[in-house]
Amino acid sequence: MAVGEPRRVGYLYALPALLVYAAFLLFPLLHSGWLSLFKWDGLSLGTFTGFSNYGDMFAEEGALAAFGHVAVLILFFSVVPVCIGLVLATALHRVRVRGLPFFRTVLFLPQVIAMVVVAVAWQRIFAPDGALNFVLGTEGKAWLGDSSTALLAVGIVGTWVQTGLAMVLFLGGIGKVSADLFDAARLDGAGPAGEFRSVILPALRGEIGVALTLTVIAALRTFDLVYMMTPLGGPGGSTTVPAYEIYQRAFHTGQVGSAAAIGVVITVLAFLVTYVITRVTGRERG
Amino acid sequence: MTVSRAERVGTYLVLGVFTIFALYPMLSIIFTALRPEVAGRGGIHWENFGRAWSEARFGSYLFSSLIVSVSVVAITVVLSVLAAYAFGTMSFRGRDALFYLLLLGLTVPSEAVVVPLYYDLRDLGLTDTYASLILPQVAQSVAFGAFWMRTYFRSTSRSVVEAARLDGAGHWQTLWRVLVPMGRPALVTLIVLVFMWTWNEFLLARVMITGEALRTAPLGLQFFSGRSDTSVPLLAAASVLVALPVVVVYLFLQRHFIRGMVDGAVKG
Repeated sequence: MAVGEPRRVGYLYALPALLVYAAFLLFPLLHSGWLSLFKWDGLSLGTFTGFSNYGDMFAEEGALAAFGHVAVLILFFSVVPVCIGLVLATALHRVRVRGLPFFRTVLFLPQVIAMVVVAVAWQRIFAPDGALNFVLGTEGKAWLGDSSTALLAVGIVGTWVQTGLAMVLFLGGIGKVSADLFDAARLDGAGPAGEFRSVILPALRGEIGVALTLTVIAALRTFDLVYMMTPLGGPGGSTTVPAYEIYQRAFHTGQVGSAAAIGVVITVLAFLVTYVITRVTGRERG
Repeated sequence: MTVSRAERVGTYLVLGVFTIFALYPMLSIIFTALRPEVAGRGGIHWENFGRAWSEARFGSYLFSSLIVSVSVVAITVVLSVLAAYAFGTMSFRGRDALFYLLLLGLTVPSEAVVVPLYYDLRDLGLTDTYASLILPQVAQSVAFGAFWMRTYFRSTSRSVVEAARLDGAGHWQTLWRVLVPMGRPALVTLIVLVFMWTWNEFLLARVMITGEALRTAPLGLQFFSGRSDTSVPLLAAASVLVALPVVVVYLFLQRHFIRGMVDGAVKG
């Protein structure tokens, strides 16, 4: 911690931000914890039920399924993009690619587009007369309308969105590795695989940590994509996710307490993910 | 470094495949937006954009988004700079504790607070107003903003601040006349990130806005896409209109954008 000048006026500078933050984030967060202890339909008086909303989550198929779906999405949003990103970054490091800024800009582009737009674009691709059926030669298959493929389809979109982020992170990290390390590895007779294991992987630990944190949390929070691409939680509830359950329960089926409980659980999960990944990869914080 | 010709070609090939993978959905939506509404009629149909703008009311949706985004960016930047200045250059009791409390906001997903926020704001009569979109978004962005700008303030050389002091500048002048102008790169990154997050935000708008008048662009697109009489080219044109402002900002400032996402984005 840098030691600044002792100044009481610091409180005044920090106050406006803290007030807005406390009123519109901290207080709602605490309120969420409080609401999660009630059975409440949003209209009449609620009844205090302790932790039963949390207990119900494990007993009830709907909530459990939503968390199961998110586990699948984490694979597509996080694990796959990180693996692809590592392979690409390794390949790009060995070959001095011309026009790298162009590729970087284009590959990162999916990150900046609103999810609702991403959903519209991919809905066309997954449609019975869409590009995917054309490429695979499968005729008239509705990928999003089939309970066995809908979640997979959403996952592929996640991979599309997140791969560029992982790759750009790794390219940045690999650029900072000193050439001596590669030379040393090569003197020891390391091939591409050995180089990857002994140099690239350890050097990119921090970046891998950031990529995993960002993408796992994005998967945990998925709402727009699922809500737009597969209305009503997909065919047979095959694409319900926790954020979708929160929205549905709080605003459509009158289970505000149970919605708040799911919100608390994903907050805790997001916090744990950040903490564990930061610990494991030894990422420094500013 | 010497690599074989085959490896070189292979690398470009793989890179090419992923570039096409990244670009195809976006290009296809642009081509769809230019298609005629009635199949079989050829030519490029720019008028789809005009029709999305006026008939499908995207002019009004984009206007709402603009009001909300500009307000959120302006308020967030001012509050973040003030707070980061205090956290980064001054020392007062409880400073670190307050800072970590603020930092907690980086990991709180908005999905978790949207439910109580709706009921709290409804009690205050604020749902279906711009305030219900702006204030919660500022609260989330200010956590990142204070974190981001504090890193900048701590990296500025103490000698600059001391020189300003010797010239007789107080803390207020030092901040706005010296440190903020010098910190333009950090500020630009903050502005583009907060703009993008606000522009693309969907859930908050979905919950808070019930009427047609204040719908933001992503919300407008959702309602438009759900209508049974929506034509595909018109929906594609509307999608392009929703995505365009952020994409244009991104292409102009992509260096800042990527650095900001990569260095500082603890937020998802």
